[in-house]
Amino acid sequence: MAGKVITVTSGKGGVGKTTATANLGAALASDGAKVVCVDADIGLRNLDVVLGLENRIVYDLVDVVEGRCRLRQAMIRDKRLPELYMIPAAQTRDKSAVSPSDMVRLCDELRIDHDWILIDSPAGIERGFRNAIAPADIVLVVTNPEVSAVRDADRIIGLIEAEEKGPARLVINRIKPDMVRRGEMLSAEDVLELLAVELIGLIPEDENVIPSTNRGTPVALNGKSKAGQAFRNIARRLHGEAVPFLELSEQGGLWGRLRSLIRPAGCS
Amino acid sequence: MNRLLDFLLGRDQKSAQLAKERMKLVLIHDRTDLSPAEMEQLKDELIEVISRHVAIEPQDVRIEMAQEGRQQRLIADIPLRPVRQRRAR
Repeated sequence: MAGKVITVTSGKGGVGKTTATANLGAALASDGAKVVCVDADIGLRNLDVVLGLENRIVYDLVDVVEGRCRLRQAMIRDKRLPELYMIPAAQTRDKSAVSPSDMVRLCDELRIDHDWILIDSPAGIERGFRNAIAPADIVLVVTNPEVSAVRDADRIIGLIEAEEKGPARLVINRIKPDMVRRGEMLSAEDVLELLAVELIGLIPEDENVIPSTNRGTPVALNGKSKAGQAFRNIARRLHGEAVPFLELSEQGGLWGRLRSLIRPAGCS
Repeated sequence: MNRLLDFLLGRDQKSAQLAKERMKLVLIHDRTDLSPAEMEQLKDELIEVISRHVAIEPQDVRIEMAQEGRQQRLIADIPLRPVRQRRAR
C-alpha cells in the first residue's frame, strides 16, 4: 500500500493543530486504517500528551533521523487503537536537527505499511513548517474564527501554494454558533470568503475537548461529543465520502424555539 | 462617514462584520506586499504617465485591488476627458 501524508499546519500557534492531528489519527484508525502520527514540533512536543502516550517514549524523531534507532523502535502503539502509532518529537533539540529531505525519506518508509501518515506541524513559517510540509500529499490548515488566526492562515496558505503543496484545505476550529448568531464572531462563510480555499472541517467549540485532553483520550472516540463528530466527519471526507457539514447555525434560544413551533403549522 | 450614518440611524455595526471588513483590506496588502501608501503612490504615477498621452479626469480615477479566488488583480478605472471639451481649450 502507498500511504498518504497529511500535514496539519496553521501559522498561528494555539489554534488546535495538535488536537486536530490526534483526533484525525484516532478517527481514521477507528475506521480500521493503519495510521501513524508524527510530531514534527521539535523542542515543543505535545502530541504525546494529547494522545496519552507520554510515559512510553523511548526514542524520538531525531533519534530515527540520526540513526540511533530503527524507525519501528520510535513508533509507539496507541493503547486503545491497535492500528494507531505515534512518533514523538525530540524535546531537547531544535528544528535544525531535521531537514525537509529527512522528512521525505522518513515518510517514504512509513508509506509502505500505513494508510495515513499525519504530521503535526509546528507554528510559524520557518524551518519546522518547511520540514512538515515537505513530504505532504495533502495540507490541512487549521484556523479559528479570529482575526489573528485568519491572517496567519492566509499567509500560510500562500506559502503552501508557493511550495506547490496546494491547494490547502481548511479546518475552522472552535466556532461558537451562538456568538456567530449574535454577529460577534466571524462565521464559517466569512472565513471561507476571506481565505478562498476549500473547507474540509468545521469544529464547534466543545467543552468535552479539554477533559479529553486531560485524560489523554482523543475526543473523536467520544460518540456524544460534537467536536468528536466533526473530526470523524473530516476523516470520512479524507476517504472521499461527501459528508455534509455539521449544521452550526441552527436557531437556538427563544426565537429559534418560536420559529420551530410556527414552522410545522405555517410553511411546511 | 458610514459610522456617522450608523450612529444617526441608531445602527450599531456588529464586531464580526467589522472584523471581516478589516481583514479584507489587511489580506489584500499582505498578499501583494503593497502598503496603502505605496498604493497611493502607484496611483499618482499612473495618472501622471497616462496624462502624458491622453487627457483624463484625475479626480475620478479609481485604482483598486480586487480578489478573485486567491488571485489578486489591480483594477484601474480611468475616465478620459471628452474630446469636445479638449478642443475647446
